[in-house]
Amino acid sequence: MLILECPYCGVKAEETELHGGGEAHLVRRGPDSSDDAFESYLFQRQNPKGVHFERWRHAYGCGKWFHAARCTATLEVFGTYSAQVSEPPQQIRDRIAARRPGWSWSDQG
Amino acid sequence: MSTRLATGGRLTDRSKPMSFRFNGQNLRGVQGDTLASALLASGQLLMGRSFKYHRPRGPVASGAEEPNALVNLGQGARFEPNQRATTTELFDGLTATSQNHWPSLNFDVGAVNTHLSRFLPAGFYYKMFIHPRPLWKHFYEPIIRRSAGLGAAPDAETVDADTYEHFYAFTDVLILGGGVAGLQAALGAAGSGAQVLLLEQSADWGGRTPVDGGEIDGKPVQDWINDAVQALGNMDNVTLRNRTMGAGVYDHGYALGYERLNDHAPEAAGPRHRLWRIRARQIVTATGAIERPLSFAGNDVPGVLLASAVRDYVVNYGVSIGDRTVVVTNNDDAYRTAICLQEHGLDVPVILDARPQGGGALMQQAEALGIRVLRGKAIASVQGSRKVTGVTICAQAGEGAVLETIACDAVAMSGGWSPVVHLWSHCGGKLVWDEQQAFFRPDLGKAPTGHDGTPFVIPAGAANGYIHLRDTLTDATTAGVSAATAAGFKPKSTAVPQAPEQPEAPMMAVWLMPQGANVALRAKAWLDFQNDVKVSDIQLAAQEGYESVEHAKRYTTLGMATDQGKLSNINGLATLSRALGADIPSVGTTTFRPPYTPISMGAIAGQARGEIFQPVRETPLHQWHQSHAAHWEPVGQWRRPYCFPQGGETVEQAVQREVIATRASLGLLDASTLGKIVVKGPDAGRFLDMLYTNMMSTLPVGKCRYGLMCSENGFLMDDGVVARISDDTWLCHTTTGGAERIHGHMEEWLQTEWWDWKVYTANVTEQYAQIAVVGPNARKLLEKLGGMDVSKDALPFMQWSDGTLAGIPARIFRISFSGELSYEVAVPASQGLALWEMLHAAGAEWNATAYGTEALHILRAEKGFIMIGDETDGTVIPQDLGLGWAISKKKADYIGKRAQARSHMTDPTRWQLVGLETADGSVLPDGALAAAPGKNANGQRNTQGRVTSTYHSPTLGRGIAMGLVLNGPERMGETLEFSKLDGTTVPTKIVNAVFFDPEGEKQNV
Repeated sequence: MLILECPYCGVKAEETELHGGGEAHLVRRGPDSSDDAFESYLFQRQNPKGVHFERWRHAYGCGKWFHAARCTATLEVFGTYSAQVSEPPQQIRDRIAARRPGWSWSDQG
Repeated sequence: MSTRLATGGRLTDRSKPMSFRFNGQNLRGVQGDTLASALLASGQLLMGRSFKYHRPRGPVASGAEEPNALVNLGQGARFEPNQRATTTELFDGLTATSQNHWPSLNFDVGAVNTHLSRFLPAGFYYKMFIHPRPLWKHFYEPIIRRSAGLGAAPDAETVDADTYEHFYAFTDVLILGGGVAGLQAALGAAGSGAQVLLLEQSADWGGRTPVDGGEIDGKPVQDWINDAVQALGNMDNVTLRNRTMGAGVYDHGYALGYERLNDHAPEAAGPRHRLWRIRARQIVTATGAIERPLSFAGNDVPGVLLASAVRDYVVNYGVSIGDRTVVVTNNDDAYRTAICLQEHGLDVPVILDARPQGGGALMQQAEALGIRVLRGKAIASVQGSRKVTGVTICAQAGEGAVLETIACDAVAMSGGWSPVVHLWSHCGGKLVWDEQQAFFRPDLGKAPTGHDGTPFVIPAGAANGYIHLRDTLTDATTAGVSAATAAGFKPKSTAVPQAPEQPEAPMMAVWLMPQGANVALRAKAWLDFQNDVKVSDIQLAAQEGYESVEHAKRYTTLGMATDQGKLSNINGLATLSRALGADIPSVGTTTFRPPYTPISMGAIAGQARGEIFQPVRETPLHQWHQSHAAHWEPVGQWRRPYCFPQGGETVEQAVQREVIATRASLGLLDASTLGKIVVKGPDAGRFLDMLYTNMMSTLPVGKCRYGLMCSENGFLMDDGVVARISDDTWLCHTTTGGAERIHGHMEEWLQTEWWDWKVYTANVTEQYAQIAVVGPNARKLLEKLGGMDVSKDALPFMQWSDGTLAGIPARIFRISFSGELSYEVAVPASQGLALWEMLHAAGAEWNATAYGTEALHILRAEKGFIMIGDETDGTVIPQDLGLGWAISKKKADYIGKRAQARSHMTDPTRWQLVGLETADGSVLPDGALAAAPGKNANGQRNTQGRVTSTYHSPTLGRGIAMGLVLNGPERMGETLEFSKLDGTTVPTKIVNAVFFDPEGEKQNV
């Protein structure tokens, strides 16, 4: 499977260590949210053929959750970064834009 | 009849005879034989029956692409079905039987299907057996299952006698295929100093090139191959592995190799198969090409083989398929077979070349040898049923009018070659259609890409569409050098080995023979030999609207057999594209999936079997349980005693005794498996308020509170007692087996949502032994041990206290999962056994009784306490279980709160927890349903409730159960009919779920 570098411990890890956690940068919807907004938060996920932001856990390593930006079609990994951000860092966005001209975070977010 | 020739066989050693058994008959072969060549040498052309029509079948190929010659191999603990005779190396004492026939290979009742084939068209099973629906399960399915399937399944009780292993390998360049292309690519890559791993699926290096002979760099090809293998073997940076197939190519340079270490020598020590788990910077696929059959009537009759296979058997094993072989072709390569046969003294009565102009230099050579060549001609049909007796000849351009009949006992066919693109395609490599050579070849602009977005797979030689030796060597050199460069090395200049030019006339795509074949001929022109898919089936599928190649494949089962369509796919999709009037590239191929050929389940499992399949977790008291006759129950990875049978007791008797002893006097339970998670920090209270449905931040230090945990979509996922240890520290108990999951759940929220909250969690489950002391005499026992005040006033219900109990540092929780006076004593794991033994010794005067999980379940069910996994199943919310009291109304938010406000969650018709009491006192079956009037949209009876927990209560002397029932709490006293396993029902009254001591007097003493 994919090899991803854990941004916390710097280990390049694969299927024996990593555990996938689905789409990244979801915004949690709480008790005040509308039915539609809550449904979207709970169930609706992007399934792009292309750039995708994902949550991963270095489950059998340091135990930390992190984020990965990659292309689902070519398996290119644009980078991994802290899970403790609500948007991909500029450095990651720049790297994606360089590799995928025309791509922008605002189209995704 | 097939036989061993007087001389020849470059892979065999006739001085070393071997004996083997086939269908109980003793036969002889020689060292170097495959099972297929040895059977052919013994005159055994018939090797199996086809899947659907039970047609008699002999081998059609000589290698991994073989669809027909599948056998049951070995016996007893080494039995394995569906093994290809063409890739099974012969060894002394080999035992094999043929498959898919009854009563015998020569006479098979199922063969009647072939006469019924007109009534068994594509999709027959889907069309025929769908109505009437009830017949499927009890009539059609059992019959179809008995007659379907190829090999026999191994005996379910037999354990595989062999061992297997996984092996991790890392390399710069991985080369898959050890033919001349793979060897040359390895030479090209290795000069750079890169680590090179070269895998070859068969025992021999060089692939098919030595069969056709010729020269490389002025020396015989075999010499060149030997030199190349020796040169590579002398390099420290090169690893060579034969009998190791490149099974699959996956993400980011991951590949699987399947090494068959001692299939050919079963008595040898060590593992039978080794699965190589390889990470490579670059992968070269030098996987060669496979010849295609031609689609003419009777092309599946035993004795019709690929032209290359006929040649392989003669040259490699000294075995002839027949004395008179008709060669039929659309390309020049098959002429080599005719020439080879002629040179070995065998007769080739005619070469049928479908091309109106015929071939090039090879044709001239054949004609010079006196072989008759008919241009623009085709086989109308093959005569014979269990073996070839002749062919009828017609014009390729026509519809099959017979011009001539020729007697023969073998047919060598060639429909052209297809590069083996499987491994290129596994991880997303795309293909391009080569019109001139009529095959798909790798689209080099669309290679599989790695983590940096650059290609990591390079095809080489015939696998890249370079079929001729001279071109193969040039391409393989480039591939090897490119791979080393891409892996970050500087290759030395590598000379391209030179082979003479072999000019050939262009081939002509022939997808049906003759091109206008009538329906009777098309219905006998096989595409997929193993699954019995014919040209007419694909045409019918297209006619019925299966236009996608993926749909047509599944409808007709084309390419779905154990050979995965290695011979049939291109012919099948060409037939489909013709039927649709579309061109081949627009129809496209089906998906190539790993493994390339089937690999053993043992290799996949590797060492993970028996005791090391998964680790067993043992509590500090495990050995005591073991020596006290514990009847074990797996709970997650833990082993827990289910009960402790004594002196001839049954399991049921032991459970009943343990419950009664606990209620009457004193029970002791090993509760060490309960999850224990410390949650600490300035924001710990706030965090626990989000995690649990009830309020934990307000819990006073020293007290305990029962809490529920839900998932974000509202469903109950865990429960347990939370104790507040200090101002900023809580200890959360989870269910057995839930500790890791709940700890992970906590960490996920802390790390990914509330990362600015100052909270630390630690899973301390295994740091403590925890023992429940339960029953009316529980307090007396702890007082007798001494050291801590466990009186009603000092340690009331739902409080805890730290101290030293009988000299052991202990934390005692006054909590109860049984309704009895109960303490749970946690001590350091290392002192658990000492405490446990002291409790037993001191408790003897009160008949202290160790009890297991089943008694625990009964004790809690008598009290109406829920159990995660019984009352919950991932669709149940706390409100369904009457646990609304444990859901805070004050809190603005908790995980699951918003979901529990969704319309389906607040639906008043959600089933609710109640107690259930059978009228006759019997025990309801677990999961039993209560019928309701009417039927649902699927014609099934409506239901209005189901049993979630059910036991015989020794305390009450009757069956008790809990269940979820429509409007249950409002229907107290009502009687429902619950189904039993024998089809009858039992009248059951809805009652309060608390069966025993509803006032809770026993635990509050």
